[in-house]
Amino acid sequence: MMDFLRLLARNRLAFAGLIVMGVVVALAILTPILPLAPPDVTNTANRFQPVLSEGAWLGTDHLGRDLLSRLMWGTRLSVAVGFAAALIAATLGAGIGIVAGFYGGRTDNIIMRGIDMLMAFPYILLALAIVAALGPGLMNALIAVAAVNIPFFARNIRGITVGIAHKEFVDAARLSGMKDARIILSEVLPNVIPVIVIAMSTTVGWMILETAGLSFLGLGSQPPQADLGSMLGEARSALITNPHTSVVPGAMILVIVMAINLLGDGVRDALDPRLKSGALSRPMPATKVDRKTIPYQGDNTDDSLLNIRALETQFHVKNRVYRAVGGVDLRVAPGQCLGLIGESGSGKSVTALSVMGLVASPPGVITGGAAYYKGEDLIGAPYKTLRALRGDRISYIFQDPLATLHPLYTIGDQLAEAIRVHHPVSRGEARARAVDLLKSVRIPNAESRANSYPHELSGGMRQRVGIAMALANDPDVIIADEPTTALDVTVQAQILSLLNDLRRERGLAIIFITHDFGVVAQLCDHVAVMYAGRIVEHGPTNDILRAPAHPYTARLMACVPELGQGRRELAAIPGLPPMVDQLPAGCAFAPRCDMASAACKTGDIALGTTQTGRAVRCLTPHTTAPVEVEV
Amino acid sequence: MSTALKLTDLSKVFPVGKRLFGPPKAQVRAVQPVTLSVEAGETLGIVGESGCGKSTLARMLVGLLPPSTGTIEIDGQPLDNADPALFGRKIQYVFQDPISSLNPRKTIRQIMEAPLRHLHGMGPSERAARIAEIFAAVNLRPEFLDRYPHEFSGGQAQRIGIARALAADARILILDEPVSALDVSVQAQVLNLLADLKQKFGLTYLFISHDLAVVEAVSDRVAVLYFGSVVEVGPADQVFAKPRHPYTKLLSESAPVVGRPLTAPEGRETELPDPLNPPKGCAFCARCPNAGPECRDQVPPLTQQDDGVWTACFHPL
Repeated sequence: MMDFLRLLARNRLAFAGLIVMGVVVALAILTPILPLAPPDVTNTANRFQPVLSEGAWLGTDHLGRDLLSRLMWGTRLSVAVGFAAALIAATLGAGIGIVAGFYGGRTDNIIMRGIDMLMAFPYILLALAIVAALGPGLMNALIAVAAVNIPFFARNIRGITVGIAHKEFVDAARLSGMKDARIILSEVLPNVIPVIVIAMSTTVGWMILETAGLSFLGLGSQPPQADLGSMLGEARSALITNPHTSVVPGAMILVIVMAINLLGDGVRDALDPRLKSGALSRPMPATKVDRKTIPYQGDNTDDSLLNIRALETQFHVKNRVYRAVGGVDLRVAPGQCLGLIGESGSGKSVTALSVMGLVASPPGVITGGAAYYKGEDLIGAPYKTLRALRGDRISYIFQDPLATLHPLYTIGDQLAEAIRVHHPVSRGEARARAVDLLKSVRIPNAESRANSYPHELSGGMRQRVGIAMALANDPDVIIADEPTTALDVTVQAQILSLLNDLRRERGLAIIFITHDFGVVAQLCDHVAVMYAGRIVEHGPTNDILRAPAHPYTARLMACVPELGQGRRELAAIPGLPPMVDQLPAGCAFAPRCDMASAACKTGDIALGTTQTGRAVRCLTPHTTAPVEVEV
Repeated sequence: MSTALKLTDLSKVFPVGKRLFGPPKAQVRAVQPVTLSVEAGETLGIVGESGCGKSTLARMLVGLLPPSTGTIEIDGQPLDNADPALFGRKIQYVFQDPISSLNPRKTIRQIMEAPLRHLHGMGPSERAARIAEIFAAVNLRPEFLDRYPHEFSGGQAQRIGIARALAADARILILDEPVSALDVSVQAQVLNLLADLKQKFGLTYLFISHDLAVVEAVSDRVAVLYFGSVVEVGPADQVFAKPRHPYTKLLSESAPVVGRPLTAPEGRETELPDPLNPPKGCAFCARCPNAGPECRDQVPPLTQQDDGVWTACFHPL
């Protein structure tokens, strides 16, 4: 609750709305005990007294009734009716929506078509029809306004419920022996309530307006009872001669509706989890860079294309600093494939995205290091330079091609666009190259497939398009972030051999991010193992897989079952990887390592080189080879 | 050993393009009639690629989906009732995504109490005792009970999911990709826990996964699913080491293994058959290197081979 208020207070307009609304509601509640003149006593001798006249601050109306008193009582009534209508509409609408969304199928169809019919009428016409049928009166106006707003809630809530009804926890509740009614009440409803509150907060103002509209037409509150709408309606005839009689209730309606709408917007922003997580803040075009020193490129003896030096990337969220990447050195030469292996949260993807400044800022900040592409530092390079290189010289393949391809354009158009961004070629030429690219990733019937939309392709085919996109401008370096994780094994084998052929044919340098040792073994020449944002071991793939030197590498390999080893107990690593916002001093793996000594838990441990020429960040690396792995 | 779970001709057909009145436009057979039996205390692994019908099969087994044809027998007694509560006491389910299978707005205690209260009608003190017992068995600390699901890591959440399945006191657990959402180091912890629990409580597992190595490491027998039907069933150490069905061979050759050179085991253009327009004969025929003319016209039946493995193939390897 305090969190909610704090979030709300961040939005100044919403906070102002909250204060105004608070004052209005407080006054409305206090009206009966305030020393006001009776609102309904007429005194025609005193009619149309101007504002600030004696005994009547806001003057009097055409029957000489005190306007201030009528305004207070009227506000009280209007706000009460508006909230009551919103509550009724929300309860009934949400009930209908939950039932329709939960049961789906024919129930849903019949209910929602009924709701559609209600929505087909202009709302004011419908409200008028209801009042006409029931007869004028405030209660009937309330019923009409509530009924007119039921479809809005029903549709909204039904959409949310459909999503929730197919969640696994609903299935789990069923398996726990719960009946439908109980599932709706105890599993679905608590997850829908925030949406109902949001929908209500944005519609209360609207309902107050609608009630006022009906009263204005004489269909709502009946004389002498005052509400804001009927006050306006009665003042209409004196609009020119005595404008204050209509300005007073009009201004009140304006104030209330404005305050509620501002507050409603604020409530929505504060409750909506997507907006809370910072989706409203626009990320910068390139990651923010804030580094003290720029590491020297070093002697570039092996002609590395991409040379990452001491890269450090952090996420600054509120007062916390997440050290996602804590000093990573990597290099790849043409035709080389470097595997970057690690568990989730080890910083492998952030390393890859930092190279081209693709980490979202805020909250991402590159706090140190450099990434030299052909001797030119990319970290902190101007956006124009980065943009020219992105997708042209250095390109990415992502895990989920369905999320990276645009659903509304054909794959041929998307490939052609990727080419035309970097090369001034004609549409036809780009199109022809796109088809060639699809052929080069072995998509059958490339000409006709170029006209397909992403959803028309299978997962394997989409990932081929992702690879074709990465190849579009004949890049030097491809960074592939778990490109086969979402694919089936038979498709994975096809994609891996395709990538392998491409790097041999075109001399591509590939950085291949994965968590699968089998994939690394088959594709990569070198492998770097990451743990808690740092590289713990780095060397030729065969050597590392034959004889891992770092305890983490060895134990990670031991806990992966491998085909052909039969039924067995797996050597699990106890515990969890550390959170990168509270890294332990010394070796991050020490708390889970059975070889850790006191020295491991103090001071920084450097990436040293063993006698066999392998880089290991460990004080007591394994030197003898375990015999389990045959290569 | 007695048969714990027996499926006879279990199949599922989904209508496509439903209309308000009249029959649907088309039908998709997600699971062809499947006949399988699982012995008490056994782990039967079910492998297959996405879209092969493994999850549909699992959901039918726990009563979340009514089967189109066929019967399920548990301990020799048929289960015809489509009421999940009846299923719940005999057979339970562990979900793939541990976080989304826990209601974000309930505490772990509320989640754990649901099966005890609704399936077994236990009182408060009985429930507390039982929960403490189960939590001890899955190595979870009792103070977790008052927390909410989002406070847990994937591995812990999956332990909670397993604990909930155990709470129902069912002898058979359907494990639907229970470790595929977990990191490898955590995956091993959960697999070892499952092995311990099986010993301790005498459970029977149906372990569904797309990861051949994981299935091989935990199963006694393995059934391979392709396009909704079982193409091979046999002992776990035999099925992948000496596959008899060409599809099983393709699967085991596609799995990346340290030390095996990278080769594409089949042509790169192959695609799965279209479920709306299924092939007449063997579904694997278009991808199969030794398909003959009879494969195109007839569906091969599941028959036992000389080494005891069951294979649905006219030309077993």
